[in-house]
Amino acid sequence: MHFPKSQLWLALALVVAGVVSAFSGRIDAYFLDVALGAGINIVLAVSLNLINGFTGQFSLGHAGFMAVGAYTSAMLTTTFAAKLLPLVGGQTWILFPVALLAGGLVAAVAGIAVGAPSLRLKGDYLAIVTLGFGEIIKVVLQNIDALGAARGLYGVPSYTTVFWVFGLAAVTVYVVWALVNSTYGRGFLAVADDEIAAESMGLDTTRYKVTAFVVGAFFAGLAGGLYAHLKGYINPTGFDFNKSIEIVVIVILGGMGRHVGVVAAAILLSVLMEQLRRFGDYRMILYSLLLIVLMLARPQGLFAWRARRKAA
Amino acid sequence: MKSPAFARRRQFIALVAVGLALAGCKPSADSGKTGDSSTGPIVVGEFASLHGSEAAFGQSSHKGTELAFDKIKATGGLLGREVKLIVEDNQSKAGESVTIAKKFLSRDHVVAVLGEVASGRSLEAGPICQAAGIPMISPSSTNPKVTEVGDHVFRVCFTDPFQGKLLSDFAWKTLKVRKVAILSDTASAYSVGLAEFFKQPFVAAGGEVVLEVKYASRDKDFKAQLTAIKASSPDGICVPGYYTEVGLIVKQARELGLTIPIFGGDGWEAPQLIEIAGGDALKNTYYSTHFSPSQDSPAVKEFVAAFKAKYNEVPDAMAALGYDSAMALAEAIKKAGTTDPAKLTAALAATDFTGVTGRTKLDAQRNATKPAVIITVENGQFKFLQTVEP
Repeated sequence: MHFPKSQLWLALALVVAGVVSAFSGRIDAYFLDVALGAGINIVLAVSLNLINGFTGQFSLGHAGFMAVGAYTSAMLTTTFAAKLLPLVGGQTWILFPVALLAGGLVAAVAGIAVGAPSLRLKGDYLAIVTLGFGEIIKVVLQNIDALGAARGLYGVPSYTTVFWVFGLAAVTVYVVWALVNSTYGRGFLAVADDEIAAESMGLDTTRYKVTAFVVGAFFAGLAGGLYAHLKGYINPTGFDFNKSIEIVVIVILGGMGRHVGVVAAAILLSVLMEQLRRFGDYRMILYSLLLIVLMLARPQGLFAWRARRKAA
Repeated sequence: MKSPAFARRRQFIALVAVGLALAGCKPSADSGKTGDSSTGPIVVGEFASLHGSEAAFGQSSHKGTELAFDKIKATGGLLGREVKLIVEDNQSKAGESVTIAKKFLSRDHVVAVLGEVASGRSLEAGPICQAAGIPMISPSSTNPKVTEVGDHVFRVCFTDPFQGKLLSDFAWKTLKVRKVAILSDTASAYSVGLAEFFKQPFVAAGGEVVLEVKYASRDKDFKAQLTAIKASSPDGICVPGYYTEVGLIVKQARELGLTIPIFGGDGWEAPQLIEIAGGDALKNTYYSTHFSPSQDSPAVKEFVAAFKAKYNEVPDAMAALGYDSAMALAEAIKKAGTTDPAKLTAALAATDFTGVTGRTKLDAQRNATKPAVIITVENGQFKFLQTVEP
């Protein structure tokens, strides 16, 4: 157990995020937007890594959980703000984390709802079910008038700051790291390595899978809340299949089941998209080409110096 | 098995990576300052959907804006200074427009922002420009919410309530439709909004909505909805969608033997409509839009000729509005005599100029009150039917 030391790192990261946040007024808005976007991608990718990487399940529905979190938290800070604000003494810095947490929890419940019945499926089948879930969420959102339907939710207050994004990114990295390195968490790796062997050793594999799913969904929900309060406007089409694919690409590029690689890939790809802006029409071609080259050059993941334990 | 020490190192590196991302947020020398430097070129930012699902509209609008800037440059710029247009593509994706707006404001120091066709993405960038106090002009976002963002957000096109009302009047008076079926796109803010704004005045006039059915963008088969519509025997079908689906809907409706009039709004406006549906199927269809290249006015003729010379194609309404949005801005800069954001905003609020889409006068809500045109299709060609004054 190295928890005391890693908790120290977590505390340090939170302090750094807090200090930088205090000076964020001096940072130019564009840079801040890109940096916060990268931070949100870290939360998304690291949480998906728990499902796709460490537990070896293939989920294509991460944007769906993100949408659930985004809409839940945005509703709490817009439509219900008038009722909720007096309860917290009008302090938005209390309301925001409460809204984020609510978004995460509702997303986690969605994670149970999707995970429990479908995680008995394997591989491609699971991918299709989660893909379907993501699409269902999108279509449901498009048809609920109270949530703005296709018009989306606008006027979401910009509460997202450096502290919240990078603080939560650090927490996500810490939780996923601590979880898979705990005695209990070895079960995730066992499920990924060989499900039949894990089961014959007496592990409840479905429970491990659902746990990974719920934790992943929770953090995706948080990321959704951060996203909504960063952009100020959310729309169901922003959480479509392509968004899920974007996150999957980060995880694969970073290396499935890698801690550092996935964080680095999240930052790299977010910054890359912006840097390629100067190439105008060729932006998407270059981006796709770079992905192909990176995948050919480093199929094991960007920052994988050691081979991961071999899957059976 | 990896050693605990290795695991710790990974944790360390992960945190360093996060730290680096933070360290990268260097406070830039001129942060917090927006607006231009009052020397050097006047910079204008345009964000558009140049790729992705609404690319046909985005490209059209962008070409119009580009043509306007060519003209401004050819006539010696503005206020004796050069003008520069910076274009950014949001790929029709959600979230991108916010980043672009922030880039325009904090990096490019634009005096104004132009964009965009899709209301959803104008709604993203609007609050950013509003907060910075830099004016934004949307060429063709018709959703009323866009300019409700604040006093720095303008548009040079009419709004959906106006368009809905005029469609309703046209259906009621000219087409003599009494019982209507509405087929709208649940995935599009524009379609849902326009359907609603059509319904209210139509019902108020005494009309009956016999059936309301929905589809979703990128659907290909509409036979189920159209069969239901046929069973409800309306006199006309209102399809306030975008041209890709509208083309297929019209085609499939005619195949089912529905010969009644089909009509919609400016989302129909694209040459692809005829390619998709075919000229015969489009007989007895009508749509309202902002502009027709066959209108008989010198301004329109000059614009159409210049557009053809540059791009070798006939401009549509989005191109005309893209052109007018840039021209309205140029007018305002000339009138204000400065690029100071507050004075420029005031000059824009008082906009009253005649562009290629007719006289553009902004009301107190910063929306344009302007004429609309009704277009029909005859012999596989778009045909200008009538102008509707506000």
